[in-house]
Amino acid sequence: MRFGPDEPLMMDAGIALAPWQIAYQTYGTLNAEKSNAVLICHALTGDQHVANDNPVTGKPGWWLTMVGPGRPVDTNRFFVICANVIGGCMGTTGPASINPATGQPYAVDFPVVTIPDMVRAQAALIDRLGIEKLFCVVGGSMGGMQVLQWAVSYPDRVFAALPIATAARHSAQNIAFHEVGRQAVMADPEWRAGRYLNEGTRPSKGLAVARMGAHITYLSEVALHRKFGRNFQDRAAPTFSFDADFQIESYLRYQGIAFVERFDANSYLYVTRAMDYFDIAAEHGGSLANAFKGTPTRFCVISFTSDWLFPTSDSRAIVHALNAAAASVAFVEVESDKGHDAFLLEEPEMFAAARGFIDAAARVRGIA
Amino acid sequence: MNLPTTLPLTDTESGHRLDFLLVADMVEPGSRVLDVGCGDGALLSLLRDRRGVDGRGIEISREGVNACLAKGLPVIQGDADTDLADYPDDAFDYVILSQTIQATRQPRVVLEHLLRIGRRAIVSFPNFGHWRVRVDLGLRGRMPMTENLPYSWYDTPNIHFCTIRDFVELCREVGAQMEKAVALNAGGQPMRVTLPWWVWNLFGDQGVFLLKRR
Repeated sequence: MRFGPDEPLMMDAGIALAPWQIAYQTYGTLNAEKSNAVLICHALTGDQHVANDNPVTGKPGWWLTMVGPGRPVDTNRFFVICANVIGGCMGTTGPASINPATGQPYAVDFPVVTIPDMVRAQAALIDRLGIEKLFCVVGGSMGGMQVLQWAVSYPDRVFAALPIATAARHSAQNIAFHEVGRQAVMADPEWRAGRYLNEGTRPSKGLAVARMGAHITYLSEVALHRKFGRNFQDRAAPTFSFDADFQIESYLRYQGIAFVERFDANSYLYVTRAMDYFDIAAEHGGSLANAFKGTPTRFCVISFTSDWLFPTSDSRAIVHALNAAAASVAFVEVESDKGHDAFLLEEPEMFAAARGFIDAAARVRGIA
Repeated sequence: MNLPTTLPLTDTESGHRLDFLLVADMVEPGSRVLDVGCGDGALLSLLRDRRGVDGRGIEISREGVNACLAKGLPVIQGDADTDLADYPDDAFDYVILSQTIQATRQPRVVLEHLLRIGRRAIVSFPNFGHWRVRVDLGLRGRMPMTENLPYSWYDTPNIHFCTIRDFVELCREVGAQMEKAVALNAGGQPMRVTLPWWVWNLFGDQGVFLLKRR
């Protein structure tokens, strides 16, 4: 969806971005009342291909467990929309897009993006699609941040909100991890002060290191141990070198290499920054409850026991604020040892909670 | 789901628990209600459907929470002993603690929270002063096991039993005013209000109290 020079995206950085475009996928059919639209918000390195094969990687959609025919977000019943975030690199305007003022990629001249910017861009898309009110907004991790922001920015346009494994503000620890990742990218000489696209280089090593570090934070110690333990990779004994002796090393190297083939390094800087800046309470006089005051939206918050990146305490803080704001809120902490990644994996309890919440909300909304 | 802490009687016609119907009668239509230890949401959905209340719940078991979600009830997975402190004063018209106080670690603290969070509190509990309980303990010398209290002493979730008189005493200590008190007999029917306390305490199977902050 393209927005011309007369339809700028007003960004928190104080810049009117124009022209701009947002890439999205839809599944299912919008009903006559336009009451069955569900927006899926993707996480840091996700994209709009939530339930179809990814055209870049050829891999299946990233949330087929949650979205599809007969899934909790049932594409037979709902009109499902998923859009690439602003600042992303899968078709929505981002740092790799051409700056019309220079004819060159924006690179680091792209305005710093925030979660509210992402949501504003999605709202413009929803407007264009002729949808006044979303039935449900669903997302995990950074996607969950967007869900919360939707409820805060457009309370009357969100009937139900399902934020999963997320927080109303990014913690100091998480900012710290992101900073390590960004420094890895920027320390790569091929980054060329952000102008790598002009210079025909790619900061692949730096971005791969960033991904390796981040990937550890998505798992739990238990999950790592179960999957890899101290097992050697294709060898019986250590080589007394810095080869990837251990399976876990080999796995992380693979994760890093696979990532750089599908993700733009500058987008990684911008989208991690957006998460760092996220703090709903700070925008509302320091009180998260104020942000949700009088909200008509019904919420269901889900966390995972072994998620140390977005721990249950973060979710509980959201729930307490919603309670204090007298909002309709449900909360489930799913028992899982898979860490933050659990929200993307086969977690029957999460599906049961999501299905119960969505189906009950659909009954109230009168969706067949 | 955890087994219910007690096994109560149901109304044969509606299928609703008799103690739930009694509690529902105490709640003003259209009010805001928090059900602490709401289980599978049976009472909350009864209150929603019959009394039009805006109901919320806290439930410790994940299965219970999921059952509530499927009924469209906003229920938070949590623990009465730790999570009530997070609720603001006067957040609800009624806070209900149905067959749960005997399973809390700090019944007095929980009761004080109920009276703080709600303008009124409704508490129901199995009466440990019932004659059959007294017979088990007094004559047989065994920890009581009845139809309503089917657990052995070593695996019971009920760690703080009280009698109706004990509870009345606790209400006095925390400064709760009793607006209504009902004892249900073994058939789940309310006992006559004209009966003296000791009769309730001896023959009442459950106590149901409507309380208000003094």
